[in-house]
Amino acid sequence: MTTAALSFDARAAARAWRPPPLIESVWLRYTVYLGALLYLVVGLGSVEVNWVRAAEGLERGARFLAAFFPPDFVTHWFDIQEGILESLTMTVVSTVFGVILSVPFALGAARNIAPLPIYLFCRSVIAISRTFQEVIIAILFVAMFGFGPLAGMITLAFATIGFLGKLLAEDIEDIDPSQAEAVRATGASWFQLLAWGIQPQVLPRFIGLTAYRFDINFRESAVLGLVGAGGIGDTLNSSLDRYEFGTSAAILLIIIAIVLACEYASGWIRRAVQ
Amino acid sequence: MLAIEGLTKRYPTGDLALDNVSLTVPKGQVMALIGPSGAGKSTLIRCVNRLVEPTSGRVVLGETEITQLGDLALRRARRRMGMIFQEYALIERLTVMENVLSGRLGYVGFWRSWFRRFPLADIEEAFRLLHRVGLDHMVDKRADALSGGQRQRVGIVRALMQNPELLLVDEPTASLDPKTSRQIMRLIIELAKERGLSAIINIHDVLLAQQFAERIVGLRAGRIVFDGAPEEMTPEVLTRIYGEEDWSKTIRRDEDEESKDGGPTAVTDALKVVAAQ
Amino acid sequence: MPVITKANGARLWMRRSTAGDLATWFGWLLGVALTVVCFQFISEQTIWAFVWDAPRQAGDLLDRSVPPRWDYANELWKPMWDTINIATLGTLLAVLIAAPTAFLAAHNTTPSRVLVRPIALFVIVASRSVNSLIWALILVIIFGPGMFAGILAIGLRSIGFIGKLLYEAIEEIDPTQVEAVRATGASGAQVLVWGIVPQIAPAFAGITVFRWDINIREATVLGLVGAGGIGVQLEASIGRLEWEQVSMILLLILATVIVSEWVSARVRHAII
Ligand SMILES: Nc1ncnc2c1ncn2[C@@H]1O[C@H](COP(=O)(O)OP(=O)(O)OP(=O)(O)O)[C@@H](O)[C@H]1O
Ligand SMILES: [Mg+2]
Repeated sequence: MTTAALSFDARAAARAWRPPPLIESVWLRYTVYLGALLYLVVGLGSVEVNWVRAAEGLERGARFLAAFFPPDFVTHWFDIQEGILESLTMTVVSTVFGVILSVPFALGAARNIAPLPIYLFCRSVIAISRTFQEVIIAILFVAMFGFGPLAGMITLAFATIGFLGKLLAEDIEDIDPSQAEAVRATGASWFQLLAWGIQPQVLPRFIGLTAYRFDINFRESAVLGLVGAGGIGDTLNSSLDRYEFGTSAAILLIIIAIVLACEYASGWIRRAVQ
Repeated sequence: MLAIEGLTKRYPTGDLALDNVSLTVPKGQVMALIGPSGAGKSTLIRCVNRLVEPTSGRVVLGETEITQLGDLALRRARRRMGMIFQEYALIERLTVMENVLSGRLGYVGFWRSWFRRFPLADIEEAFRLLHRVGLDHMVDKRADALSGGQRQRVGIVRALMQNPELLLVDEPTASLDPKTSRQIMRLIIELAKERGLSAIINIHDVLLAQQFAERIVGLRAGRIVFDGAPEEMTPEVLTRIYGEEDWSKTIRRDEDEESKDGGPTAVTDALKVVAAQ
Repeated sequence: MPVITKANGARLWMRRSTAGDLATWFGWLLGVALTVVCFQFISEQTIWAFVWDAPRQAGDLLDRSVPPRWDYANELWKPMWDTINIATLGTLLAVLIAAPTAFLAAHNTTPSRVLVRPIALFVIVASRSVNSLIWALILVIIFGPGMFAGILAIGLRSIGFIGKLLYEAIEEIDPTQVEAVRATGASGAQVLVWGIVPQIAPAFAGITVFRWDINIREATVLGLVGAGGIGVQLEASIGRLEWEQVSMILLLILATVIVSEWVSARVRHAII
């Protein structure tokens, strides 16, 4: 062994070694730990639980669970059927409209093909749609269009524009510029550029996202009824209000079944186009 | 000493990967295991420390019959067998030191390992070994920031940290360039010799095997078809292990070249060609 | 894209085969028909007179909500703080339950594929299928109105989301790293902590922050069904048709969501 090897002091090195910390800077580390602890104390402290009320509620919870065995599909079957149909039709129409409208918004929101004023307009529409929960938007549309599934449909279409528009715009911004260049080099017009240079690159993902959004739209359609925008949510809410848990259980089971079917179908579609 | 008796492994898919293999590796012997792809080399090594459960047969390390052990005892026994992998199998997001210390996991309790509070002696040993392989200056680097040769050295140190009696080495050089391959092989052999460890080394490079191992075992379709000293490797043996291939032509062409400059023996050169494939 | 050879030997390139063409058109036709039928259904439930009146209504609404009632903000800090707490504590609760569930659901870490895995998958699916607002509806009935129901609702909905993404991440880990840890003689718990956790840690943090960001938005409406947060004020203001308060609330939500998006982007950036 060389003298260098002999002179290496493993013990000193071992003494000096410390396990690597999660956060490098000491100051930041303790700030984060202390902050987290403080937040937990304050945050949990702000939760007021009425334990007496909760204890009473547990009995109701037990009744609710018991209502699943068996659920009551019969008593309010007409209402349930109506609500589900409304939810499904809202989902279909809103997805179709939303997808069709999201394309121009996405094109407008892609910096590499849209001029600045259009870009800013499209981006702000998308941002508003994404910021607010669907239910809040539904409240506004109900105030404008009156109660009923039309308001819900428009809400979901608007949300779809925000969702698909943003993702699609990012896709368009990320496309391989050389392919678009190649098309432009042939002397293609702006529309030809879209059809040949951009569309083939983003289409599969677009179809996949559409299927995914259909899935989300159905889930959301189930709650819009709470603010009068149509769909099964209203039926569910009134059954819960009247403590008709058997009907609630039936509705929940139907929702879960449809969500699963949608999810399965959208998964299948996404695999098929990729 | 490691004794393998009648070891058979049939995967659930139906592949018979090992067919009644018997083998003894005396203490301190470095044995190379060669054979074509799919011959069962990796399976054999993994059956020894039971990462793969053998279908039948016995594996005995020293006095312990590994194939009979329960969970806890198996974990104890695994400490005595260091394993080195082809793709290094380091924990990518942990530092070099953490990877090396993971070799001690079998010796420390859960909470100590959770808080990285390993005994000072372990850390000292880690530094000594890292220094030995020339990596003591990058203990706090993350494993995914190392080069292939450096990673494999960390892999070797991790195996040695277990203070094993036996090294199980699965194609240590398959992802490395020829020069680094040689360095890594030399390192493994040196360290094994220093500590008197037995070793089973799976390797595709016949020339390397011949150069570094004291004994070569050829595996084909799950059976041992050759077991002998490196000098006993002939074109016939290669045919037996790897199948029919025009070795003679290769040899003749090499002989032609050698008649000019009088290089090494024909067989060694034939092996070189095999190794290159 | 098939090339069709005609009778005279000329080869004709077409985008699709004739049968495929037909199927595609039929698919489109079916889609359009379905949309029309659905729209018809919605149209029957709609009072179109109200709809034609919508522009005037919208103008009216805008008129009444501008300018926002700025001093109302003073009554909103506490509800907004509650909203953030509902989202954060709910996410925390979800993480505590989702992480073990994900390990039970991933096929490479589950203790039993026949017994435990289906149960874990069921928990994930049940949680995912039900909207957090519906969860809130149910929980308010059980625990009474307030933040507590909101936290539980957010938590219950997020278990499925985090659990699903996490178990998919677990199923994608590199198995040789796990094997290497196992080969050292490590115990089961050590294999988990040393072999698996480091591999999924970035995905885990990313998923959690992502869900937290979503939960901030979700928490803003829980109050509509009485589950705490700023939604309570929203509900009250709408009920009393105080639109200038509504616009103040919406502005505050907008600001909060922008900040939360910024925070989550920063955190995700830091871990990747
Ligand atoms: N997990 C597994 N499941 C099913 N069959 C397997 C599995 N692992 C290996 N086999 C099969 O067992 C046989 C031996 O495989 P093994 O990996 O031991 O070969 P090897 O000699 O190490 O090959 P290589 O040189 O390519 O690494 C092969 O036929 C392989 O297909
Ligand atoms: Mg192998």
